[in-house]
Amino acid sequence: MSALVVRGISRSFGGIQALLDVSFEVAPGTVHGLIGPNGAGKTTLINVLSGLLAPTNGRVVYRGRDLHRLPPHQVAGLGIARTFQNIRLFPTMTCLENVLAGQHLKAARPLLPRLLRLPAAAREEAGLQTQALATLARVGLQSKADHPARNLSYGERRRLEIARALAVDPSLLLLDEPVAGMRRRESAEVADLVRALAGQGMTILLIEHNMSFVMSLCARITVLNFGRVITTGGRDEVRAHPEVIAAYLGTEEHHA
Amino acid sequence: MEQLAQFYAVYGSVINFIGINALLALSLNVTLAAGLLSLGNAAFAGLGGYTAGVLTVHFKLPFVLSICSGGLVAALCGLVVGLPVLRLRGVFLAMATLAFGEVVRIAAVNLEITGGAEGLTIPKVTETWMIYLALAGFAYFLAVLRRTRLGWGLVSMREDETAAACLGIHITYYKVLAFMLGAMMAGVAGGMYAHLNYLITPRDFGFFIAVDLLIYNIVGGTRVWYGPILGAALLTALPEILRGIGVAAGPIRMFVNGLILLLVILFLPNGLASLFTRRRPVPAKLEAA
Repeated sequence: MSALVVRGISRSFGGIQALLDVSFEVAPGTVHGLIGPNGAGKTTLINVLSGLLAPTNGRVVYRGRDLHRLPPHQVAGLGIARTFQNIRLFPTMTCLENVLAGQHLKAARPLLPRLLRLPAAAREEAGLQTQALATLARVGLQSKADHPARNLSYGERRRLEIARALAVDPSLLLLDEPVAGMRRRESAEVADLVRALAGQGMTILLIEHNMSFVMSLCARITVLNFGRVITTGGRDEVRAHPEVIAAYLGTEEHHA
Repeated sequence: MEQLAQFYAVYGSVINFIGINALLALSLNVTLAAGLLSLGNAAFAGLGGYTAGVLTVHFKLPFVLSICSGGLVAALCGLVVGLPVLRLRGVFLAMATLAFGEVVRIAAVNLEITGGAEGLTIPKVTETWMIYLALAGFAYFLAVLRRTRLGWGLVSMREDETAAACLGIHITYYKVLAFMLGAMMAGVAGGMYAHLNYLITPRDFGFFIAVDLLIYNIVGGTRVWYGPILGAALLTALPEILRGIGVAAGPIRMFVNGLILLLVILFLPNGLASLFTRRRPVPAKLEAA
């Protein structure tokens, strides 16, 4: 059984075909890689999966539910969280508040008990705070809990964004270039985290340009080029695929 | 004690107006917290004021009921106006709400039940303590709001709408809710104003009031609950302060207003409130972690 099924997804912007008949499946509890040269349509695909863009054609099924027509907040409600390639934190909020905002869906609805500071509400608030701090600790940012997000370094921002996505308590996590611009040690820590999350049963779809990062984490990889799927397969299969090599390195004919 | 009574006898009306303006400024603050630049709150105050006034004068409703009805009518109008208008952003939203304000003002001038341009005469019921009780309630609401699900939703929406939506925050719902809450608070404030001044006229809720509310928020600071109160208090008391130091009221007031606004924007981008929040101590629990 696949957790996520992408079937025949197409999306065009005016005359530009950003995605054309993209199909692949992601097995639950695995790390699935999504690679391809710049402009291949990877981020467009993530935007479709998270509900920010409607596909012109095709279906996305997650755990038996169609999600290609749902708005983003309902997609999040199904347990799908994402990060952004061009980091989108809440800059003036503290790290803790960023994660608390991510826990939004977990907080109980009633406003009145909270306004009146009833003990149950106070307990819930304390619980949410503890949870948020624990989530920050998972990405190694517990000491920055009280810092505004805009004061963080680049790598820290990426990690905070992962923490905020984790706060949604997702069963499917879409990571759009999580280690871009990170130092080697930082990216190794993120790799450990991703591995641990998958070990807990979370399904992860990972976009990344850093090949060694992808190869070390992903059991299966889908390669996109010019909006089409070249191939989906295991590491070695993908590495040996002639079209993949052509897409990344160019072919002899081009030079001839 | 006697001095206090004397002070109140002289400055009672300024104190009342500080309270009313602070209520109005807080109502706009809820809307601004969600990142919505609305110039409609003066009109919502007008709707609330006229509703409450008409109910008191023509239907002899008790004061509390009139005020609450004013708030409800304003909230309902907030819903009706908000649903289409909140598709707009930034300055376009400001323009649409401004137009709505003009519609309300012109309606008040031309309707019979509102007393037309001469306004509506209403008995004075509002007392200082009522205004400040309402102010305490509003302020408490805003102070706690930030730590609720709704508060996180509103603030994160202001910071980044797309990212907020991807965390499961229903953007349209929260926008309309923030707009309605602001409208309701403005309506209540308008009702209290109507029962304070003996007379309300369409001009009381016009364009300049709408802009004043925004200025209170900018001068005081929008990020904390006491910011708008500070702004409203300072700018409402300003003519009295100027008179106290021997500057006659009049055009100079607008000049000083403008000067204060300019200085605040240049040197205190988060408003006067940032003078008090500069060094926020780290909670002990976080330090230990």
